[in-house]
Amino acid sequence: MRNICFYFQIHQPLRLKRYRFFEIGQDHYYYDDFQTEDRIRRVVEQSYLTANRTIAEMIRSSNGKFRCSFSISGTALEQLEQYAPEVIDNFKELSKTGSVEFLAEPYAHSLASVFDANEFQRQVNIHADKIEQLFGRKPTSFYNTELIYSDEIGELVSKMGYKSMLIDEAKHVMGWKSPNYVYRHAYNPKLKLLVRNHKLSDDIAFRFANLSLTAEKFIGWIAALPAEENVINLGMGYEVFGITQPAHTGIFEFLKALPYHAMEQQMNFVLPSDFTKKIDPVDTLSSPSPISWVGNDKDLTPWTGNDLQQEALTKLYAVSERVNLCKDRPLQHDWLMLQSSDHFRYMSHKDPYGTNYETAYDAFINYMNVLADFLERVDAQYPTNIDNEELNELLKTINQQEKEIENLENEIKKLKTKAHKAT
Amino acid sequence: MMKALMFGWEFPPHILGGLGTASYGLTKGMAMQPDMQITFVIPKPHGDEDQSFLKIIGACNVPVVWKENDWNYVNHRIGSVMHPDEYFWLRNGIKYDFTRIYTNDLGCIDFSGRYPDNLMEEISNYEAVASVLAHQLDFDIIHSHDWLTYPAGVFAKQISGKPLVIHVHATDFDRSRGQVNPTVYGIEKRGMDVADHIMTVSELTRRIVIEKYHQDPRKVTTVHNAVEPLPDVDSFTKTPRKDKIVTFLGRITMQKGPEYFVEAAHRVLQKTKGVRFVMAGSGDMMNAMIDLVAKRGIADKFHFTGFLKGRQVHEMLAESDVYIMPSVSEPFGISPLEAMQVGTPSIISKQSGCAEILTHAIKTDYWDIDAMADAIYAIVKNPAIYKSLRELGREEVNNIKWYDAGLKVRAIYDSVL
Repeated sequence: MRNICFYFQIHQPLRLKRYRFFEIGQDHYYYDDFQTEDRIRRVVEQSYLTANRTIAEMIRSSNGKFRCSFSISGTALEQLEQYAPEVIDNFKELSKTGSVEFLAEPYAHSLASVFDANEFQRQVNIHADKIEQLFGRKPTSFYNTELIYSDEIGELVSKMGYKSMLIDEAKHVMGWKSPNYVYRHAYNPKLKLLVRNHKLSDDIAFRFANLSLTAEKFIGWIAALPAEENVINLGMGYEVFGITQPAHTGIFEFLKALPYHAMEQQMNFVLPSDFTKKIDPVDTLSSPSPISWVGNDKDLTPWTGNDLQQEALTKLYAVSERVNLCKDRPLQHDWLMLQSSDHFRYMSHKDPYGTNYETAYDAFINYMNVLADFLERVDAQYPTNIDNEELNELLKTINQQEKEIENLENEIKKLKTKAHKAT
Repeated sequence: MMKALMFGWEFPPHILGGLGTASYGLTKGMAMQPDMQITFVIPKPHGDEDQSFLKIIGACNVPVVWKENDWNYVNHRIGSVMHPDEYFWLRNGIKYDFTRIYTNDLGCIDFSGRYPDNLMEEISNYEAVASVLAHQLDFDIIHSHDWLTYPAGVFAKQISGKPLVIHVHATDFDRSRGQVNPTVYGIEKRGMDVADHIMTVSELTRRIVIEKYHQDPRKVTTVHNAVEPLPDVDSFTKTPRKDKIVTFLGRITMQKGPEYFVEAAHRVLQKTKGVRFVMAGSGDMMNAMIDLVAKRGIADKFHFTGFLKGRQVHEMLAESDVYIMPSVSEPFGISPLEAMQVGTPSIISKQSGCAEILTHAIKTDYWDIDAMADAIYAIVKNPAIYKSLRELGREEVNNIKWYDAGLKVRAIYDSVL
């Protein structure tokens, strides 16, 4: 039986405003709300609303046999809640059909999985909580930012209790292996891996209009694959529907026609968690260094490839522990928003996808000014001249003192009541 | 074999502006094509020009009025720069009566080769020389560098029937910030109208040529300038010092936007210590800038060096942590490339032609002093961006070669022949 596993990624960054160095220490608001709202409204109106409607209809008309999953970053969820709550309602409706699964990912669409394991776990937990709060179910499958994966990251993900994870088809990891099977982690058999079919996914995402693709032709290609290959993973940004491929190309009609043609060929649509539960992996996959779903090399160079990016990331993650000691909510929120992988992508000289800056240097200068202000705020709470261990000790003492005081107060109370009774 | 007759105005080592540097680089790059032969005419050579890859003819040694002289006398007078046989042979090219022009005992015109007050007269005298050369020399194409030589090129084309390409290194719109001199405009326009093809040093200049001189876009092609490798690049070093140095280097004139540099310096100094600003060069706005610096109260951190020449220029650039060129209108602008050669990060205005080919330089609008200040601050405060601009910038500039520009020019020659 052939199975199709569709998953869509939704993420939009908070755009930073133009922040000059003389604002450092003066202005602690970093975002360009107008730009952010403008972008999210555009993508909602041109893509998400129509796509959600189409998918709801597909599920209805196929009696729930069409299934697909979503990975929506925390950053995107916040923006949708604020600027397009109707989309959140849509997703809640979709969630009730039982044909849709929501995946867990790092809340801020960050690179924490690569730079800071603790922060990574923390963000995944916040995201999972948020998904549960919105859609009523805790995610059990994992989708890392930009499909970044390595053996080490897989191990972390598995430790957090996730049973399956989506990764991309990188030549140097796959070798001669086909992506159309379930695999498992290099040394941790509990974690199952679903490999995105790079060619077929991009046929829809980037080549749809040029190929004059029809649902019949596309399903035909899948049907023509060797019979024993049991799962075709198709992953793409959700904005493919309506923006990368505008409505007039017929992308929505294509989507709508997929279930009919697939079922005609006895194909199933599956969700990552259900499917991997039932199927035994055929082999292990090993990726000692991180892979992603971007570019031909499928590595981290779009975010970490040059000195500017390295510098920004190093300075940012150096304060991770301190920020997480803070109880200050605006600071905590800024910490997440400044981690969006997009900020670092814009600093790439070669591949600044989606940038709103004219050059990589411009992106770097602006980000570093914002970061300088942020670091000053962190420093004001926990000065950097105290090292982390010392700081932890001090905090422990303070916390213990609090407890101690509480205990003593309780004792006083007890004694008082005793004294009271005695008299 | 492609034989080009070029008319120029300056040629190193005796140069007054960027035109000479560009003429030298381009011809040297073109001479690397094995079948390229260049004859370069300038008003007044000094005899110490590098002639290893082209032939230089001094217009001041070309007879335009027939005078009887004997071989030995000619040899005695100009033998050091031109062979007497060549003089006599060129003399046969006199076909018109130029006795109205004042000539010397050899029938030659005394050119200053500079930019004198009687510049218009020199330009028209240069035409007379061109007529003699056009009659007598053997060439396939005529190539005129900048407006001073357009009339000569046009005349040579009319006489020889050979195609004319003109090379626009600047227009009067750049020099005058819009207050165009009608006589100069007339000369420029006529040259462009007659030319078979027009080369501009940037897209910026190309647009001016199309829009302000009403030229057919198909006739105008951009050939960006390049930069000659510095043979002694490693001899320029950066002395370690406490304060960072931010440098403006060039003529202190309206076109170069020096006031924006002062304002940006003021912005930076309000927030930071340990940065000094240097304005190197001279020009008609220098005193106004000294006043402005005093008025902003930053004179203790802002320094004027006066005019620098030769090796001093590269030394100043190499000692700087940032080079800045806030030009209001710059057809190309070679100096940021020179700064980057010695590893100094550059900030350039978007209104500069060189911005079109540079990735590893910071670009801002010339009027955007906030952006400029921000960029200065980033480079002096953040070693990562300094290092990136220094290393990647140097690599980038080392790959901008005159040879490639020469190939583009050659393709244009081929297309008009």
